[in-house]
Parts: sequence; structure tokens; C-alpha cells
Amino acid sequence: MENILHIFLLLPLLGFVLSLLVPKEKESLLSNIAFYVVGGNLILGIALVIFWLINGHPTLNITDISIYQNPHYNFFIDFYFDKISAVYFLVGAFLTFLVTVYSRYYLHRESGYKRFFNTMLFFYFGYNITILSGNFETLFIGWEILGISSFLLISFYRERYLPVRNAIKVFTIYRIGDLGIILAMWMMHHLWHENVTFLKLTNYELVHEHLASHSWVGVFISLMILIAAAAKSAQLPFTAWLPRAMEGPTPSSAIFYGSLSVHIGAFLLLRTFPFWEHQHSVRIIIVILGLSTAIIASLIARVQSSIKGQVAYASAAQIGIIFIEIALGFEKLALIHFAGNAFLRTYQLLVSPSVVTYLIREQFYNFKPHTDDVVENSLSKKLKNSLYMLSIKEWYLDKIIFSIFLGPLKGLRTQLNFLTLKNLLYFFIPVYLVGFYFSYINPPFSETVKTYLATAIGFTALLMVLKAYNERKNYRLAWLLIIMAHLFIDLAINFNEHFEGFETFLYMSGVIVCGVLGYYILYRLRAAENKNVGFDQFYGLVHKHPKFALIFLISCLGLAGFPITPTFLGEDVILTHVEQNQFLLAFFIANIFVLNGITLIRIYARIFLGPHPKTFQTKSDLTS
Amino acid sequence: MDSKKGLFDEHKSLHKLQHYLPAQAALKDFVHHNTLHAFQHLTFFEGINKASQTFGFQVTLSLDEYRSMYQSKRILEDILEKSITDKKGESAINAWKEILLHKNYETQITSRVGQLRANWKDQYGINLDKITSPFLFRFLASYLDQGIAIRNFPIPNKSFLSAVREIEQNSIVSFFKTPRAKKLLLDEKQTLENLLHLVVGDETYFEQYLFDQQFAHPGLSGFIGVVEIQPETLLDRRIISLHDFIFFELLLEIDALDEKFGETWKPLALNLSEIPAKLFDTIHETELFEVLTIWQNAFEWSYYDDVLCGIKSIKQVDKQLPKSFQAAFCIDDREYSLRRYVENIDPKSETFGTPGFFGVEFYFQPENGKFLTKACPAPVTPKFLIKEGNRKKGIKTDVHYNKRAHAPIQGWLISQTLGFSSAFKLFFNIFKPSVTPATALSFQHMDKHSQLTIENENETFDGLQVGFTIEEMALRVGNTLKSIGLVKDFSPIVYLVGHGASSVNNTHYAGYDCGACCGRPGAVNARVFSFMANHKKVREILNSEGIAIPEATQFIGSMHDTTRDEIEFYDEDLLSANNATLHLENVKKFLHALDLNAKERSRRFETIDTKMSLKKVHERVKRRSVSLFEPRPELNHATNAMCIVGRGSLTKGIFLDRRPFMNSYDYRVDQEGKYLLNILNAAAPVCGGINLEYYFSRVDTEKLGAGTKLPHNVIGLYAVSNGVDGDLRPGLPAQMIEVHDPIRLLFIIEHLPEVVLKTIQTNKSTYEWFINEWVHLVVKNPEDNNLYLFKEGKFINYQPLKSELPVVSNIETYIETYQENIPVLLTN
Repeated sequence: MENILHIFLLLPLLGFVLSLLVPKEKESLLSNIAFYVVGGNLILGIALVIFWLINGHPTLNITDISIYQNPHYNFFIDFYFDKISAVYFLVGAFLTFLVTVYSRYYLHRESGYKRFFNTMLFFYFGYNITILSGNFETLFIGWEILGISSFLLISFYRERYLPVRNAIKVFTIYRIGDLGIILAMWMMHHLWHENVTFLKLTNYELVHEHLASHSWVGVFISLMILIAAAAKSAQLPFTAWLPRAMEGPTPSSAIFYGSLSVHIGAFLLLRTFPFWEHQHSVRIIIVILGLSTAIIASLIARVQSSIKGQVAYASAAQIGIIFIEIALGFEKLALIHFAGNAFLRTYQLLVSPSVVTYLIREQFYNFKPHTDDVVENSLSKKLKNSLYMLSIKEWYLDKIIFSIFLGPLKGLRTQLNFLTLKNLLYFFIPVYLVGFYFSYINPPFSETVKTYLATAIGFTALLMVLKAYNERKNYRLAWLLIIMAHLFIDLAINFNEHFEGFETFLYMSGVIVCGVLGYYILYRLRAAENKNVGFDQFYGLVHKHPKFALIFLISCLGLAGFPITPTFLGEDVILTHVEQNQFLLAFFIANIFVLNGITLIRIYARIFLGPHPKTFQTKSDLTS
Repeated sequence: MDSKKGLFDEHKSLHKLQHYLPAQAALKDFVHHNTLHAFQHLTFFEGINKASQTFGFQVTLSLDEYRSMYQSKRILEDILEKSITDKKGESAINAWKEILLHKNYETQITSRVGQLRANWKDQYGINLDKITSPFLFRFLASYLDQGIAIRNFPIPNKSFLSAVREIEQNSIVSFFKTPRAKKLLLDEKQTLENLLHLVVGDETYFEQYLFDQQFAHPGLSGFIGVVEIQPETLLDRRIISLHDFIFFELLLEIDALDEKFGETWKPLALNLSEIPAKLFDTIHETELFEVLTIWQNAFEWSYYDDVLCGIKSIKQVDKQLPKSFQAAFCIDDREYSLRRYVENIDPKSETFGTPGFFGVEFYFQPENGKFLTKACPAPVTPKFLIKEGNRKKGIKTDVHYNKRAHAPIQGWLISQTLGFSSAFKLFFNIFKPSVTPATALSFQHMDKHSQLTIENENETFDGLQVGFTIEEMALRVGNTLKSIGLVKDFSPIVYLVGHGASSVNNTHYAGYDCGACCGRPGAVNARVFSFMANHKKVREILNSEGIAIPEATQFIGSMHDTTRDEIEFYDEDLLSANNATLHLENVKKFLHALDLNAKERSRRFETIDTKMSLKKVHERVKRRSVSLFEPRPELNHATNAMCIVGRGSLTKGIFLDRRPFMNSYDYRVDQEGKYLLNILNAAAPVCGGINLEYYFSRVDTEKLGAGTKLPHNVIGLYAVSNGVDGDLRPGLPAQMIEVHDPIRLLFIIEHLPEVVLKTIQTNKSTYEWFINEWVHLVVKNPEDNNLYLFKEGKFINYQPLKSELPVVSNIETYIETYQENIPVLLTN
């Protein structure tokens, strides 16, 4: 029975790869691939669940291949199936299937028909990895796929400004969530001294034993998990991204932001519940978070005058309640609630254009003219108005996120001006070479000095990434800074602990290959466009250079450590070399990973997406 | 301040601005109009060129598109040469052909609007729109909202600015982040001009600044302009004007600037690095535009020439007597193919076309309706009201649209219960679509078995007269009958066929209904007209005017659903025994014609195999109308190209696809052109408006059209936008116009050229359409059988370049192989 689980991953992967190969004019072939892949998954899934239920619904755990192993570390892929996976799997397969059928007609003649089905299958693949994963490492692979496919679907109308801007916005929030996961993974590893499976977390004694002496570690991990869950599930203070994600075709908004993607945070909490079950402080925090989201998102939903915004906030509010249910230990209720909410919001979004007919008719037959308020006491009136205004302003949520997370980064812009191309070439590269010499070839320092050096180098790397994040003109500088930052991290780790040559190779292979490839594309592009490329604005070159765009996107993903090159693995390995008490270094490195992702996706978006003065208007592929 | 005084006339500038902004009313009142109506005082090409250079619109197809149509022989070589000759002289043919086909141009479109305001970014490094528009859009949407939000705007009955002031005074949360803007808002003596002095500084630029600012979000500004003039477009009315809106936007701008620079920033116009181009300065015709003009003319005449060849080549023959039945349809291009089938199935029948309100203008109030709906062309303001009573079917509701699902606690209950039922609903809707309460169903507009109050009994309501008096009825019936030339040889039954459309998940549903009934189904008008024409006393008056309707003749109202190709007849129980039998026979013919019509339409639909059996094809066509996932329930007016005003015999035997508007007209009944004038007064703006809206939405899908409808989000029930942060999107969605060929409408009128000339010159605004060539006009002279083209105020003889058309005997099978436009054919 266990082995059938693989089919649920391989089938979507196969469909995704096949769909990439189909020429874009072949609409029915494309949609048929999606239809059979998802439909097949659904039918097999139903069969599996029935069989599994008859067999007394045992918890399944399959440890797959070890991808990388050394004496103190084992990176292995692991899958897991229990009632949480079962519910998420069935709901996901059912809704994806319906939306596939819906979209095959709905998107007819749309210029991005192929892209839509590619992305949808990719998303479905990532979703299944996430919900069937048996350890954090496997989950994180799916988690990253969800992030990138989200970005691609929100920016589906890539020749317009708003979808691209909002896609970057949402991606940024997702990355903030990733920060939580990365740090949680780091600490987990030190807590268990292995890549712990979710199965082991269900063992109360074991968890208790590990946490007994490190209660603050437990709280730290739980809070990091909560940040990740809150970001993905649009809880406070992240909620405002959810309506902004509704930029793609309605069916994709329905399935992603109405139902599946947005409930993944709740999934993460359900999955890790055994771990924090006995940390009462954490449970209280989750209840408070869920409750305040439920209240505030509802207040905002009440004043929404656009239908998709209203559904989005209402959905976020329900997920807040789901968080409460999970924290209170009502797992079954939470699962039922998840399924109901996912179905309802998908349906509401899919029929959202119908509200015009329906509600106008209702207004036509049931309208009651407004009466002026009877003289109310001025205080209650004032409160009412204030609440209304506050809700229209979305409780300043956007601003809060900005000032907590992004403001400080932007504030550093002027301080980082010393990082110029020249300094990079004449100072930092020699520094790196010296460091390389001392770390790999001839280490002269004592262990203490080396740890301090590691932190300092880590900080330098962070500065580079921050500069890259703030850089608006010289994209080559930004690109080089990111590569350099990777090199410096490698250096830092090597000072910190012994980092095997193979591990360096693992980590740097993707960085070097993608870094060079991406730089080459930038170089070619600059020549093709007569040097008229930058990323101070959106250049929208994807229509003109589709191949460059694709290769560059892949390079960006590789350089950002997405699970397509060994660098992904390397990043995980690196964190195992940061000790439990080296918060600062861990924090630097996690931040670098996260910021890299944001910066790279932004470079890609600014060069290739957005309005291009020529292609924006004609769009002949839609009409020819 | 050293600015020049008196250069800015606020009232005049706002009026001008309003004129240029898009003029689309709320979704429920979707009425087609010329998107670039503000340029109609210029000739077509001058106007669109000016619009393009001023506002950056794409106004013709792209050069590549024309060239590829030439390659595929959709633009014909001899027509292209003629088009060059007309513009450049015969000697230029070869040189210009080379240019047209091969010369490279920089095709990027630039615009003047926005250049002044771009200085905020260039000189001050501030992106004002990015700061102000998210809140501005959201707040305005909330103010105008018609029922999406659960919590309504807190101060509903006040005008926009007073409501804003009241909130500012009575709220802890302010609109602004800085004190100056707040102070300016609360000072009731503050004027728009003062604010402009603060922001712009130099009066020379005030107007230009307002254009720049408002054209940064033309959708929202245009809609506010419409609400200002026609507040009734929102059922739940709002008092707002462009003035108030701009006042508020300027305050938000001041606030944003103060926040960034303190109160000391210099007004924009005092900080210009270079003088921006004046918005309405003279326009120069570029060579590229000349090239596009020649291509567009060649594109249009490649089609028109075929049509005119057909009209010239057939002999007009009057129908034989007696006629089995007569039916008057709407002028709408979607009715033409149905009429063709009806007359083919029963060659003794006779059909007519006339605007689908059948000359009876009134407001309609459905039973229990809290409002009135207009049932006549949008510019007409009726004095009459028709009330519905005794409705049999109630209005169905659906809990899934219930707003309580958005509240936390009820939502908690609802998502755990209804959530699961919506899974089933969705499943069935996708695999077995059927009618739901959310469907806009044409037959629901008026209940078939309800009663209408048509005859006036001294009742008035809200300043309107309920029903018509006998004289008023006779006048209207007589006018309509005379205008279509139906004044004798009445058959036993005369059908009046209105039309409506059905669709689901379609925000633009009103644009699918009858344009002559203000975007509503035309059932009520058909029924009302029949009642009038059946009235004994009305017939007596008509008799005295020379229209003798035999006593046995009965009029029957009915409605054709253009999406589902279904028909519903009204008041059949009033038919005499003899007529009832005849009616049963006729119904069969109608149903057969509808099957064939559905089949003809299906050739355009990817999901339907036109070669399947008739019934199956028709089933599939009906299913489209209730499928949630079908963005093209029907193709509406796409491909419309002509408006034919003449007898049925003028086009009998010519196959014109589904492209003409048809207005029946018999010049013999109207020697002086009196009815012709009425016809043209309506047909030019209505059909011309439809045609041009399709034209412009097609050539510039992004700026003049609404873009693809797939990401549309409904705002306040009155408009759509992309996502939650976007501007409103007026115009037609890409799915409605993608198969449309953007060519101007060709009017073909059957009458003497001198009568037509005199007639069109009578009404200045109608004449503007013709003299400025926003529509083409050709007259067929019934005396010498020649065609005359109207050009620069004169009629000149037109000799089609083509001499014969292909003849096809079985049109039904012929169409099966075509997905594109079918060329003009002769049938027989």
C-alpha cells in the first residue's frame, strides 16, 4: 500500500514535464494531460483511502532514498500518510480536478493557456509533496514549489503592472514565512541530531525527553513554525496579501487563494501539533493569533466592495478559526472546517461574476432606502466611523509588514553605497581569496577566533545581499553580489566548522552553474537591447526574448537555492554546521537565503515582466 | 504667485474633461456607444489620429495584421490599388504598394496625456499614483457600492464631499497623514482652483494637469462622470461629481507630498525641466498613419465591394400573395440569420426588421420591483409606465450568495455545512450545467403568464402615466407599421419578436440584451405593441389613416433568446380558433428555424461539432448559456458590418453571414423620407455605436476595451476591474470582440439619392455620422438600379470592382466547414 503514494507524486510530475513539451497551440492536448493526471490521481486516491480505511487506517511512513549522508547528517526523503494527509489529499485532488475541467473551457484562446496548465500541474505536484511529506526537508521542497508556482500564477498576466507587482509582494511574504521554516529546521536538527520524521514527533515520550532540558528551544521552534504557517495562511499581520493575490484568471485564484494554497499553513500546524501540544504558551499564542485574525479579517471583509476581496478576507477569518480549533486540539473539527471552507470559497470565487446578476436582482426587488441615522450619541458614531475607516484602510496591515520587515532593509540603502562594482572586484574578491587560503589550505587561527570570524564573514555576506536587494540600477552588480554572498557563506561555514570538500561542491555547484548562466544571459540581453536594460522599472522583455526569460528564471531559482540544484541540499547541510548557540550566524544565513530569493525573483520580474511599450497593446497572439 | 490669472475656467475645463472620459454607465445599463464620441466632430481618420496621439490609444489594426490579411487574400489587391488611388492618385500605385507592403516603421504609440504629471517622478522622485490610488480606488468603490459590502458606507444620503468631511470630523482615523490636507478639507470655502494653485502653481497648466490626473485612472473618473449626469444608473443613488472627486484626489496628493517633503515643496509647474506638449495642439499626420489609413480603407472595401456586387446583381421581386404569416424582428444583427431561416422554411412568410422596442417607449415595473426599468433606446425619456401584475413565478434565491458566509460565526457554521453542498453544486455545474438562480435568463425579465397594464385608466405613478391612451397607441402602431412598410396585405397572424439573452457568470450580461430596449430583454415591448395593434379602437383610427388591418388578423408578442435560440409566445390564448391552428403550424416552423440558427452559430464554437444532428447541436448551444465556465455564451454583435435599410427583396438571395443590421423600409410608402429620418436618427447612433464600440475594443483591447475577462473582479456591482487594486475597466472584454473584424458600418439605403441626402441633412447630429465618415453610406436607387456612394457631401456612382459572386445551393452544409467569416454568397 505504501508504494502507491509515489504515484501521487510521479503522476503530476510526469504530467508537468509532458505539458512542458506540448506546443502551445495544442489546447486540448494540454488540458487532457491535466485532466487525466489529476483525474487519475483523484480516482486512485479515493481507492487508496477506501482501502486504507478498511485496513484500519494505519499511519504510513515511507523512508525513501537518502540523498546525502555523512556520519552526523542524513538528508532523506520521507513520506507520511495519516488522516490529515488523507483529507488534504482528497480535497486537493477533487478541487484541482474540478478546476482543471473548468479551466479547459474557460481559458480557451487565452494566450497563456499552456503556461496556466504547466503552472497548475507544478503547483499540484508541490501540494502533494507538501501534504504527503514525512519530514521537514521533504516538506520544504513542496513548500518552495508552492511559493514559486504562486508567483507564476499571480503574475499570469505578466504584461500588466499590477499582477507583477502583487506577485512580488506575495512572494516576499512567502519568503518571510520561509525564514521561519529554515530556522525551525536548523534548530530541529540540533535538537534531535538527525532529520526527524513527523512520525517521531507523534511519540510523546520522545518529544518530551528531547524538550525537557531545552524548553526554550521548543518554544523557539514552535514560534518559527507559527510564523511560517501564519504567512502562508494569511494570518495577522500578513493577511493583506491574500486579496492582492487575486490577479490571475478566476479559477486559479479560486483554487490557490480560495482553497488549497491558503490552507497549507493550517496543515503545517496540524502536522506539527504533537510537537507543541504540551507547550501551553505556544497554544495560547496560536489561539490569540487565530482569534485576532478572525475578528480583524471579518471587520475588513465587511467593508469590502469588491467580491474577490470580500471572499479573500472572509476566508482568512475562517482560517483564523481553524487555527484556534487546531490549538485547542480539535483536530477532526479543524479538518472538516478546512474542507468546508475550501469548497465554499472555491465555489464563491468561481461564481463571483454572477453576483452582478444575482445581487442586482435582489436589490431591485428588496431595496429599502437608507434612513438617516437617528441622532446617535456622538461617541458611538465616532467609533462606528473610525472602525469603518480603519477597515477600509485594512488596519494598516500593509504598512505594518513594511515597517517591520522591509523598511529596515530599505533604510540601509545609502549606508551600503560603498559596495560598488569596483570595491567588489578590487577588495572583496581578494579578501575572499585570502579567506579561502586560510580556511581551506592553511588554517592558522584558533577555534574561538574562527567562530568570530565566521560570524563576521556571515555578516559581510548579509550586507552584500542587502545591497543586492536595494540595488536598482546595476543588475550585474546585484547578480555578482549574490554570487559573492554565497561564496562568503561557504567561507564562513568553513571557518565555523569543518566543511567537507564534497559539501562545498554540493553547495557551490548550483550557485556557480546558475550564476554563470544567468550572467551570460544578462550579458547577451544587454547586447540585444542596446544596453537599454536595467531594473529600475519593469522592462517586460519576456515577449521579445522568451528563451532568455525561461533560462534566466531557471538560473534565478538555482541561485536562490530552490530545489532544482544540489544547492538546495547544500543550504540545508550548511545549517547543520551552525551550532545551536550561534543564533546570530544562523539568523544571518537564514536571512541571506530568504533575501536572495526575493532579490532574484525581483530581478527576473523587473527585466522580463511588466508592461512593455510595444507588446502591451497589440497582443496579437490572443487574436490571431 | 507669479502665475497668469484667468486662464483657467473650472466649469469649462471639468465639462471638457467629462466629455473626453469614457462614458460607460453601470453594468446593468450596458449600452453600446462610440467609444471615441468626443472626436466625432472630426472626420473619422482625423478623429482617431488625434485620439491616438493625445491619449495613446491604438486606433487601427497593426501594420502586421493588415499585411498578413493581404497575404491571406482577405484584403484584395485591386481594392488596395483603388484605395491608394483614392488617397494618392493613380500614378502613386506602385511606389505606395511597396511602402504599404514592405516599409518598416517605428510603431510604438506615444501619448501627450501624462507628460506634465510625469514630472512628479522625474523632478521630485515621487510616484504619486502609487501612493494615492490604492486608497482612492478602495474608498470610492465603497462609497459607490451597490450591495457587495455588508457594512454600508456610514453616511449614505450626503453628497460625496460632505460625507468625507463628516467622517473626517467624526472619526479617530483620519484620511490624511499630515495636518495641512485635513485643514484644507474641513475649510468649506476652499475651492478646487486654490488646491490647483498649491499643487500645480501655474494656471496655464491647470486643465492639462486635470487631464493627466484623471486619465491616470480613466475608468473610475469616467464612471463618476456618468453618475454625475445620470444618477439613476445606480439604483441606490449617490450624489457625486467629478469636481468633488478631483477635490478629494488633490487633497490626497497634497497629503502625500507634505508627508515626503514637508509643506515647503514647490508647485509642479514651477519646477518643469521642459515644457510638456500641449494636450490639444494640432496633430500632424504621419506617414505611418497614412499607410494605416489606406490599409483600413482597403480592408473595409474588400468586404463592402462583395456586398454591393451582390446587391447590384440580384433582381428585386416582391413577395407573392397571400402571405402565410408575418413577423417583425429587431434590427439586431443576431436576428438576421433567424429571419433568413424562417423565410427559407416557409417561402410564403414575410419578415421585417425594426428597432426592438417596436416604437413603444415606456418604463417597465415588474411586480414587486422597487424600481423602474427603461424599455426604449437610452437617449429617449419616456412618459409612460407599464406595470406587471399577477406574476406566477417567484424569484429564486441561493444561499451560496448569502453575505452571512462572510461573517465569522455564521461563516463558521456555513462553511462546515453549505461548504460541502457547494462541492456538489460545483461538480454538477461542471459536468451537467443547468439553470440556477444566478443565471441571467431572458424569459425571467417578465413572467409569461403575468398581466400588463397597457391601457391608461387615468392612473399616474411618480409623474408617469400608467399605460397609453387609445390615440397614443394608434400613433405608435401606425408609425411603426408605416416605417417598415407593412401597411397592407396583412397575414392572419403578425408576430412581434423581441429578443433577449441568457448567460451565467457574465458581468456584461446587459450588453447581450436588446440595445433598443436599453440593455433589457424586449419581451414587454413586443407584448405591449401586440396589445395595441389588436385593440379595436386603435384599428379604427388606423383604418381612417389608410391602414386597414383585417379583423381576422391578430398580432402576437413573442421573444427570441439569442443565446439559447428559444422562443416564447405571449397571450396565445387570445388567438381565434382558426388562428390558433395556424399558430401551431407556425410554431413548428419557428422551432425548426431556431435549430438551424443554432447550428449556424455553432460553427464558431470550439466545443461544438457543427456536423452533429440538429437537435444535439442545439442542446449544446443551450448548455453553453448555463455553463459557469463558458466565457462566450454567444458572440453577440461580433462581426457586424452593415446596416441595411430597405425592402426585404433588396438582399433576398444574398447570404450575408450574420453581419447586417436590418431595418425594413419601403420607399414607396415614404416618398418624402419622413419615416426614413426617424429610422436613421435611431439607427445611426445605435448601430453605429455598437459597431464602433466593437471596433475600438478590438483594435485596442487594453485601453479602449476591457481586456480579457478572466481575471475580472466585480466592483460594487457596477463595474469590473482587474484584481482588487485596479482601475475600472470600461469597454468590451476580449472574449466578446476577438472574432470581430474592425470595419466601420456600411449603411445601404434603398431610396432616391436626393431624398436620402435631404433626409440625412435634416438632423445635424445624425448627419455628423455620415459626413464625417464614422459610418459609410451607399444608396441603391430603385429607379435606375444603380449604387451611389456618399462622399464629401455628394452621392457619386459606385461600380463594384467584383462582377460576380460564388453561388451556393445548400447553405446548411456549406457553413459546416467554416469557422471564420463566410464570404458573401448568392443562394438559390
